[in-house]
Amino acid sequence: MLDVIWLIPAFPLAGFLLILLFGRRLGEPKSGYLASAMVLASFVVSVGAYFDLLSMDSHERAHIETLFSWVPVSSLQIDMAFLADPLSITMCLFVTGIGFLIHLFAVGYMHGDPNFSKFFLYLNLFVLSMTILVLGENLLVTFLGWEGVGTCSYLLISFWHQRESAATAGKKAFVTNRVGDWGFMLAMFLGFEAVGSVSYHALNGAAEAGSLATSTATGIALLLFVGAVGKSAQLPLYIWLPDAMEGPTPVSALIHAATMVTAGVFLMTRMNPMLAAAAPEASTIIAVVGALTALFAATIAVAQTDIKKVLAYSTVSQLGYMFLAVGSGAFVAAIFHMVTHAFFKALMFLGSGSVIHGMHHEQDMRKMGALRKLMPITAATFIVGWLAIAGVPPFAGFWSKDEILLFALAKGGTWGPILYVVGLVTAVLTAFYMTRQVIMVFFGEAKWESHANAAEAPEGEDEMTHGAHGEFKPHESPPIMLFPLVVLAGLAAVGGLIQLPAFGFIPDGWQHKLEHWLEPVVEAGEAHIAGTSAYDNKELLALLAIACALIGIGVAVAIYAKKLVKPVEPQLLADGWKYDSGVSAFMGGPGRKAFEAIAWFDKNVVDGAVHGVAKLVGGAGGQIRKTQTGNVRNYAGIVGVGVVLLLAWFVIGRGVL
Amino acid sequence: MLAQDDFFLAPGIEWFHLGPVIALVSGALVLLVVGALTPRWPRGLYAYVTALTAAVAGGLAVFNWNDITDDGVSTLVGGALAFDTFAQMITITVCAATLLVALVTDDELRRAGKDGPEVYALFLIAATGAVVMGSANDLILLFLGLETLSLALYVLAASDRERPTSQEAGIKYFVLGGFASAFFLYGIALIYGGTQSTNIGEIIGSFQTSVLLDGKDTLVLAGIALLIVGLGFKVAAVPFHMWTPDVYQGAPTNVTAFMASVGKAGAFAAMLRVLVIALPFHRDDWRPAIWVLAVLSLVIGSVLAVVQTDVKRMLAYSSISHAGFILVGVEAAGHNAGELAPGDGMPSVLTYLLLYSVLTVGSFAVVSLVARNNGGDTSLDAFKGLAQRRPTIALALTVFLLAQAGVPLTSGFIAKWGVIQAAVEEESYAIAIIAMVAAVVAAFLYLRIMVSTWLETGAESTEREAVPFSTGVAVFSAAAFTLLIGVWPGWLLDAAESVTTYAK
Repeated sequence: MLDVIWLIPAFPLAGFLLILLFGRRLGEPKSGYLASAMVLASFVVSVGAYFDLLSMDSHERAHIETLFSWVPVSSLQIDMAFLADPLSITMCLFVTGIGFLIHLFAVGYMHGDPNFSKFFLYLNLFVLSMTILVLGENLLVTFLGWEGVGTCSYLLISFWHQRESAATAGKKAFVTNRVGDWGFMLAMFLGFEAVGSVSYHALNGAAEAGSLATSTATGIALLLFVGAVGKSAQLPLYIWLPDAMEGPTPVSALIHAATMVTAGVFLMTRMNPMLAAAAPEASTIIAVVGALTALFAATIAVAQTDIKKVLAYSTVSQLGYMFLAVGSGAFVAAIFHMVTHAFFKALMFLGSGSVIHGMHHEQDMRKMGALRKLMPITAATFIVGWLAIAGVPPFAGFWSKDEILLFALAKGGTWGPILYVVGLVTAVLTAFYMTRQVIMVFFGEAKWESHANAAEAPEGEDEMTHGAHGEFKPHESPPIMLFPLVVLAGLAAVGGLIQLPAFGFIPDGWQHKLEHWLEPVVEAGEAHIAGTSAYDNKELLALLAIACALIGIGVAVAIYAKKLVKPVEPQLLADGWKYDSGVSAFMGGPGRKAFEAIAWFDKNVVDGAVHGVAKLVGGAGGQIRKTQTGNVRNYAGIVGVGVVLLLAWFVIGRGVL
Repeated sequence: MLAQDDFFLAPGIEWFHLGPVIALVSGALVLLVVGALTPRWPRGLYAYVTALTAAVAGGLAVFNWNDITDDGVSTLVGGALAFDTFAQMITITVCAATLLVALVTDDELRRAGKDGPEVYALFLIAATGAVVMGSANDLILLFLGLETLSLALYVLAASDRERPTSQEAGIKYFVLGGFASAFFLYGIALIYGGTQSTNIGEIIGSFQTSVLLDGKDTLVLAGIALLIVGLGFKVAAVPFHMWTPDVYQGAPTNVTAFMASVGKAGAFAAMLRVLVIALPFHRDDWRPAIWVLAVLSLVIGSVLAVVQTDVKRMLAYSSISHAGFILVGVEAAGHNAGELAPGDGMPSVLTYLLLYSVLTVGSFAVVSLVARNNGGDTSLDAFKGLAQRRPTIALALTVFLLAQAGVPLTSGFIAKWGVIQAAVEEESYAIAIIAMVAAVVAAFLYLRIMVSTWLETGAESTEREAVPFSTGVAVFSAAAFTLLIGVWPGWLLDAAESVTTYAK
């Protein structure tokens, strides 16, 4: 299977082309099934590649498949090549696997949308780009996928572009991501300059061999991190992700929770030898940014009332955990958390989609409640996701989060304990806000009855997906939407199995499976923590983490279910610390003003100064008429200023001095 | 080349090697003379003759290229013209752009009922000027080429007799262009004063033989300053850019396309000839000046482009920003000017010029289609709903805009990658970073046009744009070329890479 690794992106490409050509004729639901089948085919190829790699010796598990040489010019040799190794195949497995489930879900969710085929066109294009991103053998191929997923994300966020907010959110995502892309490109050039190649093999090889200056390695690592901050929505560039929830819910699940936003974590893991060769401060910066983001976003999630916004901020927060792992040298844990997070967060996004679908496009949690009776399967699967993210053993999230916290503490120094405490506090908050959400949506009294008429009346777009409803009553979703939920719930429950810790009661053969699998990729960068006091007390730390999760859940139950305490939800948190509105106000106000000021400056001051000079010069001739010829005179005046400056430079700067 | 005897000996003329120039001039003469003496030609024939002429000239340049690869570089007509791959590359760029513009112009003129040979003849004359600028081995000849190009462009800018803005553009361009040419000519005079020659080979020779007092040859330095003024004006580098937005917006769109492609290619060719090839000994003097021009153009061009509301004006500012990018390549070329291993600067600039010329003609071709449909309106509003009315044209426009933004798998990425890589290679990190920031800012501009095209709906009453055959061919081939180079750039980069030895 390794020789045909290109089939992984080729299937979605075929799906994209087929829907592009015949989408309209296929219509609903055939184009949806076609797109799903293509992603399933990619998944099958990925599984085949996985077993091929498994049958090889662990240090030979890397296969490069060159399609054609893309830029073949003497000093610049870049191939269009794919790299199949444990890391890329892990990514492919969950991208195509979860992608397939979400495609299926979308067939049900997008039912009745006038642009049904177009939606799947974009989805397949996205899977194509994402697989290119993870399979790329060099930075340029990855960059191609990187730009591709960005474009798809933009297209899909503004899929319902009739809504003003969706179009704005799309633009925001585009612009923010350009800032990140800039870091990526600079890193690419710097790497090329230092090593003469942009292939991972050459770059990481140079880093491992120690032939890179520490400063260069630090520069490359930090610039890549700038790219990752944009794509993976970390402070200060996270603002686009919550807004991205304007897109259809399957998009939120696929792109803005499970796959694309983890690209930054993937990239840092891919380049882990570079990070190891960089100055230790680089890792610390990454860990601190990750931990701060995790805490910051978790505090915001506490006060959100939109069912998807809670999950969006939660995603930002969990991505922060992954960067905390990357910065602590826990690359395996980062990938582990990426995978488990993909399971439970995709599950909860799809669950929220199912709720939104059942509630006729109502997203306000204050108008929900008691839905577990009407939507039993959605509720049950959502609860599995909740336990997983809250960190309750034996669900998947517990194991991955615990491992990250362990590495953070073992990092030692000044920062280790601080990062660990921030991580623990975030864990409490996570358990708290997720419990709050579950209670508001699925338990308590039904608040939608009192809103029934109000909710039904203004929802003109309901006709789009539901046709006319008589009485407002939430309903369970169709089987095609429930099937992915059930599968994902199963994965979220047992996903921890792939990387169980070395606790005494766990049999040896079950421990650290993912670590053994990824070892050839991450051995250069992975921190070795065996022997630290944190590692020796790992069971104790796990108990502490469980206690934190239970505290969070208990407090939330006391407040929202038992109503023992009145909830405190400061407006400041609901507004996301005013960060977003602050940025918007700046870009819309002073920022835009600055741009306009430059334009004004160019028009009035530069022109005006010249105009003034011209006025003095031409003063003898009388008034200057405000005509077009005056304009030309201004232009000539500016040329004149340029002449004077250039002459001054050459004659005085270079000649006389 | 003066003969040993006392009387003047006519230099030998390699007729075949002059093929491209001869073809262009003959095409122009045929159009003017035959066109004037015969009744109106059948529809489209003027344009097709022009396109054919450009194609023949470009083809001859390819033959010349082969000769150069086999026999090496030489000079023609007594050392007046350089016969090297650099010249042929510029010739091919100019001819390709002329061909595309001729196809776009065809319908533009006939719809307005103004079909005639004059505009086409002027295109070919201007192209001749640009080719001469790229091949000149003598500053006087280079000036002749510059004026041939410029005078034709002045008239072309004013060629829409019914629109006052077109006339205004022509006059403005003429007045300011004359101003800049005067500086350029004065610069040549000063160089002549410092070196006793206008021939590029002899200029280099004079620096090689004369012992300079710490390089402080003030006469030559002042001359370089003035040459940069003239060239900076022609390439529209800040602060010599002020004419660009007004003239680009005022001139007929097909002429704007021509100015942005052929005009720019010729001017940059001249700049490389003068600075990199003729004045390598002063590279440390002129490189900082180019650095400043590049940065100013990048920043001002990108920032001002974003605040425009008229697409033609946006593209005008974006062309200033592109000039900044090309100047980044010129600056990189300046690091090794005159050495045996000249680095990646020159090839990257030549590649950029070719790719950008095709791109920009394609972009303006779409603008002209939209403008014609809206009574000459080129504001962003006119582009609303284009995707619904003409999806293929909207797709082509998107390809051009993505390429201008430098997105991978388009030719624009190859172009931008080239110049930035050349700058990084020479360790000009600051300018590379500024260029990339400018690209990020400018990306927003292209996004605005794309949003109007794809996401917004136009007025109900807007009719579908008519897409005439020849314009369609031009747009389609430009878009195909843009994508082809994006995927398969190797052959072009290889060709550009071979431009390392110059005839002097």
